[in-house]
Amino acid sequence: MKANAKSGKLTGLSEKSSDIVLLVVCAIILFIVAYPLYYILVASVSNPYDVYAGKTFLLPSQFTLDGYKAVFADPAILTGLLNSFKYTIIGTVFSVVVLYLAAYPLSVKDLPGRKLLSIFFIITMYFGGGMVPTYLVVKQTGLINNMWALFLPGGVAVGNMIIVRNFFENSIPKEMIEAAEIDGASKWTTFIRIVVPLSRSIMAVMVVFSMVAYWNDWFTAMIYLPSPAKSPLPLVLRNILIKSSASASQASTIAGGFAELNKMTEMIKFSSIIIAAIPMLIIYPFVQKYFEKGFMAGAVKG
Amino acid sequence: MSKNKSAAINPAMAVKGSLKKRVLDNWQLYAMLLIPVVLTIVYKYIPMYGIQIAFRDYKASRGFAGSEWVGLEWFQRFFSAPTFGRMIKNTVLLSLYSLLWSFPIPIILALMLNQMRFQRFKRTTQTVLYAPHFISTMVICGMIRIFLSPSGGLINLIAGTSVDFLTESAAFRTIYIASGIWQDAGWGIIVYMATLSNVDTSLYEAAKVDGASLFQRILHIDIPELTPIMVLNLIMSAGGLMNVGFEKVWLLQTELNKATSDVIAVYVYQQGIENAKYSYSTAVGLFNTAINIILLIVVNKIAGKISEDTSFV
Repeated sequence: MKANAKSGKLTGLSEKSSDIVLLVVCAIILFIVAYPLYYILVASVSNPYDVYAGKTFLLPSQFTLDGYKAVFADPAILTGLLNSFKYTIIGTVFSVVVLYLAAYPLSVKDLPGRKLLSIFFIITMYFGGGMVPTYLVVKQTGLINNMWALFLPGGVAVGNMIIVRNFFENSIPKEMIEAAEIDGASKWTTFIRIVVPLSRSIMAVMVVFSMVAYWNDWFTAMIYLPSPAKSPLPLVLRNILIKSSASASQASTIAGGFAELNKMTEMIKFSSIIIAAIPMLIIYPFVQKYFEKGFMAGAVKG
Repeated sequence: MSKNKSAAINPAMAVKGSLKKRVLDNWQLYAMLLIPVVLTIVYKYIPMYGIQIAFRDYKASRGFAGSEWVGLEWFQRFFSAPTFGRMIKNTVLLSLYSLLWSFPIPIILALMLNQMRFQRFKRTTQTVLYAPHFISTMVICGMIRIFLSPSGGLINLIAGTSVDFLTESAAFRTIYIASGIWQDAGWGIIVYMATLSNVDTSLYEAAKVDGASLFQRILHIDIPELTPIMVLNLIMSAGGLMNVGFEKVWLLQTELNKATSDVIAVYVYQQGIENAKYSYSTAVGLFNTAINIILLIVVNKIAGKISEDTSFV
């Protein structure tokens, strides 16, 4: 008993100190994650020469919005931005609808063939045709340079479908569905009137996941949409962010008009990064608690 | 058989009647599945069927099955490609090192955050940690190039040097792995945090009363709770060992760092899409998949053994 009381005192002390250690370590981690983004944000409203001279570690230098003006004056970037909005909206609606169409029937326990159908979808999580055979099929179905090439081959996002199916199985009261069917509602009416409204939280998560995927995707577009007029924003940024870097480092040694051009190029780099990153960074915190819960449901099941 | 069984368990189902009637009753559900099933057949299963062009000389006019059979010719060509050894080595090492570094970090982060008692600070930290996951690889690689720029990039400013890191093949793996951790370690904590939230808090209280320190509580309560999901994650990652993502490597690759950045995924893209060598590229991709499957089976067996052994402890 005595020993217990003593150690209780000791842990009381170490509780406090371990709290402080935790706090400090977490603060350092927070800094490491957030600072690169903050640095780019500051650089995007600063004179790029000051950025490269190391004068913008904490605050902007010679505050300017010229970088953002230049971004919105660039027709290629504007086209990319509009394309990205279009692809994100249409793609998200399409994907979530397809996801629901697949997930609900598979959540109905007494549907004949349910198991076989589930396996049919799940296999595609582990095996695929690979890059070239898929490309050839997309080409055969006439989708090259067609926006639908971004949506159709992805088809059903099976991982997400399983999350939604589990949600239907666990979180929609069976009694409500049975009651509706006894009242004469068809399967489809039950789905639209009961299942869809009761699954708003998981739908919000799926909408955000799809939006993020379409907004950030460039590889699919690079393969299937070779026409520059159809490029989404990240693909347009490739020319600015990736390809220019070699020439930019050479150009920095040359003075005069070329230097001015180079200055603009650098400013566009910073501000276009912010423009491409910001929309998704604003959206995800709104559904954070839902996707954490979604994973929890999955973990409990697993 | 199964019909009898379910009828025995659920009398309501017996009333519903024969299999045919049950299928007809559910026709709307089957109709809902129509679009997803068709999409999956066309864009998932037909490409799988198309893998056979790895053994054929694919001609668009003759189709997947009609092109001339050439056996293992493409595989032999790949094995004798001048960069074959380098690509295998780079692919394996890049993902092996990635796995070794990026596997433990989310676990450590989750264990720490889980013990954090200031709820508000904990929430904020989680939100910020997720942020990089929602940024496009393209943007991440643009940032990497800015930070590593030899003239005025952040890293060179801090170190007071002017090294062009992306032309150094010795630096490539570090860049790839460190940026990968920065982007995805935060997202990786979700599943661990979710698992830890299942721990009965009275266990912590009991341990505290018994005088267990924070470290001891983590060691004896949290880590055993996480072990199954850790093993599962490790198996999944090990099975994808040959699946080095194409996007980041391709965006960070330069002529000068190819000694370490030349990987199979990039080769598949360049040969297949850029050079339109369809059959050859498919063969390289298939080789990659085959190794992956073998790895997955081996790792699965090992993990099965380990969890059997540890269950006795």
